[in-house]
Amino acid sequence: MSSIVLPSPIGRAHREPALVRWLLTAFALVFLIGFLFLPLAVVFTQALGKGWAAYGAALIEPNALSAIWLTVLAAAIAVPLNMVFGIAAAWAIAKFEFPGKSLLLTLIDLPFSVSPVVSGLIYVLLFGLQGWLGPWLQAHDIKLIFAVPGIVLATIFVTFPFVARELIPLMQAQGTEEEEAAIVLGASGWQTFRRVTLPNVKWGLLYGVILCNARAMGEFGAVSVVSGHIRGLTNTVPLHVEILYNEYNSAAAFAVASILALLALATLAAKTLVERRMQRP
Amino acid sequence: MLKKHGVLPGFSMTLGFTLTYLSLIVLVPLSATLLKSASLGWDGFWAVIAAPRVLASYKLTFGAALAGASINAVFGLLVAWVLVRYDFFGKKLIDAFVDLPFALPTAVAGIALATLYSSKGWIGQFFAPLGIKIAFTPIGVIVALTFIGLPFVVRTVQPILEDFETELEEAATSLGANRWQVFQMVILPTLLPALLTGFALAFARAVGEYGSVIFIAGNIPMVSEITPLLIVTKLEQYDYAGATALAVSMLTVSFGLLLAINGLQRWSQQRRA
Repeated sequence: MSSIVLPSPIGRAHREPALVRWLLTAFALVFLIGFLFLPLAVVFTQALGKGWAAYGAALIEPNALSAIWLTVLAAAIAVPLNMVFGIAAAWAIAKFEFPGKSLLLTLIDLPFSVSPVVSGLIYVLLFGLQGWLGPWLQAHDIKLIFAVPGIVLATIFVTFPFVARELIPLMQAQGTEEEEAAIVLGASGWQTFRRVTLPNVKWGLLYGVILCNARAMGEFGAVSVVSGHIRGLTNTVPLHVEILYNEYNSAAAFAVASILALLALATLAAKTLVERRMQRP
Repeated sequence: MLKKHGVLPGFSMTLGFTLTYLSLIVLVPLSATLLKSASLGWDGFWAVIAAPRVLASYKLTFGAALAGASINAVFGLLVAWVLVRYDFFGKKLIDAFVDLPFALPTAVAGIALATLYSSKGWIGQFFAPLGIKIAFTPIGVIVALTFIGLPFVVRTVQPILEDFETELEEAATSLGANRWQVFQMVILPTLLPALLTGFALAFARAVGEYGSVIFIAGNIPMVSEITPLLIVTKLEQYDYAGATALAVSMLTVSFGLLLAINGLQRWSQQRRA
């Protein structure tokens, strides 16, 4: 029909008709509501299903408190260790050239591709009674598996790459010139790291730590295998949730789960804030 | 040859610590597991990993992971598209929420999804009259694996879509292509490497997933029992050899996927440059 082509205003040529836009947005939102928002809403409504009194009681019950304590303890050990490792690995990989670097990068990422259950199992096979070191450990009365050290080890394993994989690309992008200048001007290695490198990567470091901590406190599969599920002794918060749920104590299970959900929300908020700081140079 | 290390200090210290820590936490335990499975002998190993109950668990694990990753490829692309291209109320909040499956502990996701999709749940109640049971069936496994893989495709496709030059689309449009043709022939090929990477990441994560699945699966042997659960079951029966054999079979698959994903990511970066 009409063959007159008017110059389209910028942005018009790559726009779908309003109806298509509306439909696509609606589909996307329905998908996200069904898979993200409703599961989260279920946690809180079920948690408060028996009222605030029952909610509070489920949280201050001794087994819940000891689970919270163990979860905080495991994260308090795993996160700083993996942070130090991440910084060391990023320094070596980003600031120096050496053969085998890409293999090292792959190996650092390895724990992410191992099933959580297998991550726990490898420590059982090493330190458990039937494991390689089991008899020796037993002879010396050291218990790692079905005890707190095993839980800490499994937590370290599953959160191993978080800080390193955040820092390595960041420090690679920043190069070595600033550090070299500092050294030439007479700063020590440690001073250079603290005054030059660290301020440049602090938001990336924080980002990695936030993600590392969320996974450390929320890990289930790996910890479940090494824990032995001894109430009040080797139960973390996620394991406590499982026990309550399997006892059909649904309200209490969701009450305890709701603190993990709040942790997840806090993680998302902190992560979003840090992302904004990282975009602003 | 080694390049000269310039003036920066700390190379041997940091690399030494990195290698020691990596070996202690990751390499030694993993090698010990591989060695342990070698003590089974090939026949013993094969007898474990090819048992009917195990084969059924592979079928479910890989089938449901494939289904979940495919759902995520389609809806992840859609979500990324909507977030990058359109404006709507609450967009920033929704963008931040896409990462919820990374932040929410899997056990919490598991009990929430099981409650939501059970025949009395908010969503499950609409499917129950149609004769469709979601929770405690293989469909429930797919739901859980879709949930935990959700951020991968969105987060791999989103940056590519943000950098996409709209001039290309305008050129195609001015040459007479309609909107669908532009999407199919101009946009989709550019997104393909990222889309495949996201798909592979979601699939790899889904294959090993345990926490979110066991609550919604029902865990009926031969029907809705995933392979990681079988490993736990064998451990609880003190069948360490069997658990190890299964773990090694899963590790092999994981390493293969890791290599494939590395390849895809390199391809994706080359296409982007």
